[in-house]
Amino acid sequence: MIASDASAAWVALAYLIAGVMFIMALRGLSSPATSRAGNRYGMVGMLIAVITTLVTHGIASLPEIVGAIAIGGGIGFVTARRIKMTDMPQLVAAFHSLVGLAAVMVGWAAYLNPAAFGIADLTALIPMPGAPVAMQTPVYTESYARLAHVMAVRDNSVHLYVQSCIEMGLGIAIGAITFSGSIIAFLKLAGKMSGAAIMLPGRHVINLGTLALIIGLVGWFTQDQALWVIAAITVLAFVIGFLLIIPIGGADMPVVVSMLNSYSGWAAAAMGFTLHNTAMIITGALVGSSGAILSYIMCKAMNRSFISVIAGGFGADTGGGDNGPAREQRPWKRGSAEDAAYIMKEAETVIIIPGYGMAVSQAQHVLREMGDQLKAGGVNVKYAIHPVAGRMPGHMNVLLAEANVPYDEVFELEDINGEFAQADVAFIIGANDVVNPAAKTDKSSPIYGMPVFDVEKAKTIFFVKRSMGGVGYAGVDNDVFYMDQTMMLLADAKKMVEDIVKALAH
Amino acid sequence: MEFVSILSIFVMACFIGYYVVWSVTPALHTPLMAVTNAISSVIVVGALIAGAAQGSVVSKWLGLAAIVLASVNIFGGFAVTERMLAMYKKKDKK
Repeated sequence: MIASDASAAWVALAYLIAGVMFIMALRGLSSPATSRAGNRYGMVGMLIAVITTLVTHGIASLPEIVGAIAIGGGIGFVTARRIKMTDMPQLVAAFHSLVGLAAVMVGWAAYLNPAAFGIADLTALIPMPGAPVAMQTPVYTESYARLAHVMAVRDNSVHLYVQSCIEMGLGIAIGAITFSGSIIAFLKLAGKMSGAAIMLPGRHVINLGTLALIIGLVGWFTQDQALWVIAAITVLAFVIGFLLIIPIGGADMPVVVSMLNSYSGWAAAAMGFTLHNTAMIITGALVGSSGAILSYIMCKAMNRSFISVIAGGFGADTGGGDNGPAREQRPWKRGSAEDAAYIMKEAETVIIIPGYGMAVSQAQHVLREMGDQLKAGGVNVKYAIHPVAGRMPGHMNVLLAEANVPYDEVFELEDINGEFAQADVAFIIGANDVVNPAAKTDKSSPIYGMPVFDVEKAKTIFFVKRSMGGVGYAGVDNDVFYMDQTMMLLADAKKMVEDIVKALAH
Repeated sequence: MEFVSILSIFVMACFIGYYVVWSVTPALHTPLMAVTNAISSVIVVGALIAGAAQGSVVSKWLGLAAIVLASVNIFGGFAVTERMLAMYKKKDKK
């Protein structure tokens, strides 16, 4: 590194400690009991990284920097306080886009000021940025002149290190893809853009061609560091980010959000390589693998291959609900809130299966009340959560936690699936595809192979649903509706549970 | 630092990430994404270098803008994670 004291051992050590703190932050999440301590480790790690950087890189522009942190920090903090838990997926997508854009900006800043980043041998031309403040002050006023100088020299003789070019080019490209992809994901999740998959003709050829072009340009960049090369990389990467996410339907959004999470990590890692910064490299690797693992878990929970999600199109023509041949009419039973209250009161075990529909109607609080009342009557109440319940990994758990459902009453698919055979009641609210037995039996079903709850083994099934018309995200009919032991509770989820709570009180 | 030693750190960190993330309980996957979001904003280190450096005015302002964006993420990410984690409670032992 050029910054003189930045190469000192203590600096490297400080960044390493920051990296370790980030590992501890993720480690803490192995259990809710240790998670908050973990989050604190993360904050300390970030503080160490920021202070170390400030101390080693000239305090000259400290007021501006503090101002920038205050503005950003204020916006972030207020947003974090106000955001509704149901809107968490959009927030995370928006945050990803910021990391992506920041990576692009840092990449450009490094390109424009290679001396400060130590990615080109310019020591003979420019005073060291790490020099004491007193030495820098007169230099500061000359910055315009020196900008012209640096730009001029680059065109002629000054070359960035080849390795830095690749790292920087990739960092900018990944950052730009993360940015534009996350914007689309945000718009789709926030309902500001149709969740349906939008298909362009020949998109695979266009996408692969653009990707190849970007990689080619990064290679070209090592030889020719003209402005147009890096500008072209940036623009093409923005475009491919849009193109990649636009054809992906709403049902696959949990995968997309996880995938973009991963990209934001790789972008940080690429910048870490450019800056030779261990904190950034460790963090990038952690975040990158975290997002990749979450994508894998989500894909597995939907029995979809990662490639088919990326290729897009799922839910393309089934999302509307007003198309397709008329479904066969089969007999089904309608239940009332009183029926449900009566049967559940007498039950020994009730398993509640919440889906995103519950969150949409904000029924989680009253659902917890229902659970409390049943528990008070001696009923064993458990919540069963499918990995893809909600719009992002673990979303449903957060929503239940917000409603004060104790986390030790909430179970994952594989932990509770064996218990339905002994359960008296399966209470399905706002979920559909995750309880569809067609996933186990019907090879022609679009959800075939997806792991689902064995609700049909329960003695009685209550299915809270707005109407018989709508179908799940995947647009398939559900045999559970028509089973002998099923009672359909047709109403808004919140209204229905409120009525059950009232009936239980009698 | 040599490229190979940096690469070693990266590869080791990928393995650590793999094992640490698999040990995260699925109930906390949303906080996991929020906190990884916050820590990936360690990219602020690069933004600070640009913002603090002299030489290119454009570079400096890009750096400052990137500091703003990364700070939104750092403060927002940690705060929202903290808020979520505070909601996870065990059964009351009565």
